[in-house]
Amino acid sequence: MSAVTTRRVPSAAAGGASPGRPARSRRARVTVAVLFALPALLLLGALVAYPILYSVVRSFFDAGGHRFVGVDNYHELFTDSATQKALRNTAVWVLVVPALLTGVGLVLAVLTEKVRWATAFKVLIFMPMAISFLAAGITFRLVYDQDPHRGVLNAVAVGVHDTVTDSSAYPGARPSGAKALREDKGHGYRTVQDVRPGRSVTLGLVGIPAAKLPSRARPAMDPAAHHATPGTVDGVVYLDFVPGGGGRPGVVDPKESGLPGVKVELTRDGRTVAHTTTAPDGSFRFSGTAPGSYGVRLPAGNFAQPYGGVTWLGPGLITPAIMAAYLWIWTGFSMVLIGAGLAALPRDTLEAARMDGASEFQIFRKVTVPQLAPVLTVVFVTLVINVMKVFDLVYIIAPGPVQQDANVLALQMWLVSFGGGNNQGLGSAIGVVLLLLVMPAMAFNIRRFRRGRS
Amino acid sequence: MTIQHTAGTGAETAVPRPPRANGATGAPGASRRPGPSPAGRAVALLRGGLVQGVLVVVALVWLTPTVGLFVSSLRSSDDNAASGWWTALTRPGTLGLHSYRAILSDSSITHAFWNTVLISVPATLAVVLLAALAGYAFAWLEFPGRDWVFLVVIGMLVVPVQIGLLPVAKLFGEVGLFGTIPGVVLFHVAYGLPFAIFLLRNYFAEIPREVLEAARMDGGSEWMIFRRLIIPMGRPAIASLAIFQFLWVWNDMLVALIFADAGSQPLTVALQSQMRQFGSNIDVLAPGAFLSLIVPLLVFFAFQRHFVEGVMAGSVK
Repeated sequence: MSAVTTRRVPSAAAGGASPGRPARSRRARVTVAVLFALPALLLLGALVAYPILYSVVRSFFDAGGHRFVGVDNYHELFTDSATQKALRNTAVWVLVVPALLTGVGLVLAVLTEKVRWATAFKVLIFMPMAISFLAAGITFRLVYDQDPHRGVLNAVAVGVHDTVTDSSAYPGARPSGAKALREDKGHGYRTVQDVRPGRSVTLGLVGIPAAKLPSRARPAMDPAAHHATPGTVDGVVYLDFVPGGGGRPGVVDPKESGLPGVKVELTRDGRTVAHTTTAPDGSFRFSGTAPGSYGVRLPAGNFAQPYGGVTWLGPGLITPAIMAAYLWIWTGFSMVLIGAGLAALPRDTLEAARMDGASEFQIFRKVTVPQLAPVLTVVFVTLVINVMKVFDLVYIIAPGPVQQDANVLALQMWLVSFGGGNNQGLGSAIGVVLLLLVMPAMAFNIRRFRRGRS
Repeated sequence: MTIQHTAGTGAETAVPRPPRANGATGAPGASRRPGPSPAGRAVALLRGGLVQGVLVVVALVWLTPTVGLFVSSLRSSDDNAASGWWTALTRPGTLGLHSYRAILSDSSITHAFWNTVLISVPATLAVVLLAALAGYAFAWLEFPGRDWVFLVVIGMLVVPVQIGLLPVAKLFGEVGLFGTIPGVVLFHVAYGLPFAIFLLRNYFAEIPREVLEAARMDGGSEWMIFRRLIIPMGRPAIASLAIFQFLWVWNDMLVALIFADAGSQPLTVALQSQMRQFGSNIDVLAPGAFLSLIVPLLVFFAFQRHFVEGVMAGSVK
């Protein structure tokens, strides 16, 4: 990219001094020049320069602008909890985002050099730079939607979660009124009475909509209708509810359905000694059980509410979530700029390093990155300036209740001055602080320009 | 949006070069490196496959949010409430333009859309014109304090708009511009000017001196030279600037949020007011957002090279 730099900035001052041109009076030439520059300079003076002075003065007055309050607004800026939060968040943004973006841009720029469809890739990644923060914000509100049936990110999160851990078969189910089961302190439900081998248990559950029954469910096995086997604990887990009414709690009525796929544990002294899963008719059996006193437990996993995904837009993750959206927008900028810098690097050092047998990673670290340092600096500084002023994205993505958690200086400035705060003194002070924060970049620009000319 | 603000750092700039220059332009993907030596070809092939794979995944991740927005905008609000947009990919029959028909018959949205046009177009033309005039003056005309004033303009490149919001609002209030489209336009023009002047001045400065001298010898007035010579020769830079400025103003929300009233508000402001009930307003917000981003996207794809050059001009050397 350095190839594109304006190498020869002509000393334009010599413009009028050439011999042989028609003599014009110096004053006439100055007048013409001023007429050319004046409209722009007037606007800049009235709407940029004057407001800076005004804001500086205004920041020393109170909310209404009637009373001089010295540095009180600046004092409030650094002590008020909302503004402090905004300052802290802005600091986090500045520390994290430019470095991350420069790094990601660098990696992608290097990788794209190795593929044939680099241009298509760059266009795709660069595309979000063209759209508004508002549109990007709406797009990401949709991505982050809490409901896994709407937000694509939570759909992925739930999908991954449910393949790693089994999803529960009967969320929200609870024991029927028969009192055969009781809560087992976070471990699900267990039988109230101890069970001995050779006995059957009847475990009725309710709270499962008939529509949610698995299609393989069959009418429940009735333990009362068969003889128990010695050395065996068996029983049935069933939906203790007759559609249309008429069932008796705790008794398997003819129309009641078994609950297949329920995990059942046999416990002794609180420890699990065996486990099984119910059949389509809800029956289960533990055979070969030694004599003694047991409990039958239906572990909590059977009834857990489904995993709802991550609360991306909650107070904890809101800032990282907004940063990710910002990354989506700005990566193209960083990648394309660094890519252009990369393309302009002299090839001979790279070739020499390759000849010496350096690995691609060594070349990247020891040759490419140091040579790219000027471009990386410019990308980084540009990003710092822009990150300090981030407003729209925070305003759009953060839902009302967590706006304070996501607050940044530029947003706080708006909130304080226009969005209900109506404290123009404090608002001006925040504006002045923002200006002070970008001052180093201003000096950087001016120095670079002067150096470029000499 | 954003692009304007990239007018961050660079003083000697990556301006698109004048016609005679033979340097590389900075279009993305302009250059490729030669392949690896034959010896390491097998390893390179394997590694190449990995790189391709990673980039494909990145590309898909980048594409997903926009596709999601677009597909959502084609579904009915009931469908959107009931299931994720990705389920519609296998049932394209459920997609349709009903949401678009609804918002396009909603006069508040169409009115806001026209306001966006009425703000963006004049703000772009005015910046280009004023900056071209000033850029020419800074590059080729003499007036006292010229270089010093130009340094001030460079300093203004990074001035945040936030500093201007309160004072200009007060100023506009006094002269009756507050809440009007001309007010919004003026603010955008003022804050677009530093970068615009900077870009055009640097470009114009590279026009060969002999060309200008010849024109002056022929007795052309400065105005004639500006119109017949500078503007045509500066076309590439002017195009970059115009696209850049247009997109910035089109995408702006903050300035319009403050300076436009209900009757003059652009699409971005009209849409953000619906954000509070995000869940129930998705059938307005999704097509609205798409309506708002389709124009920038078309501009981007049509003038991609100019756009990228404009963005790069804002920073790098």
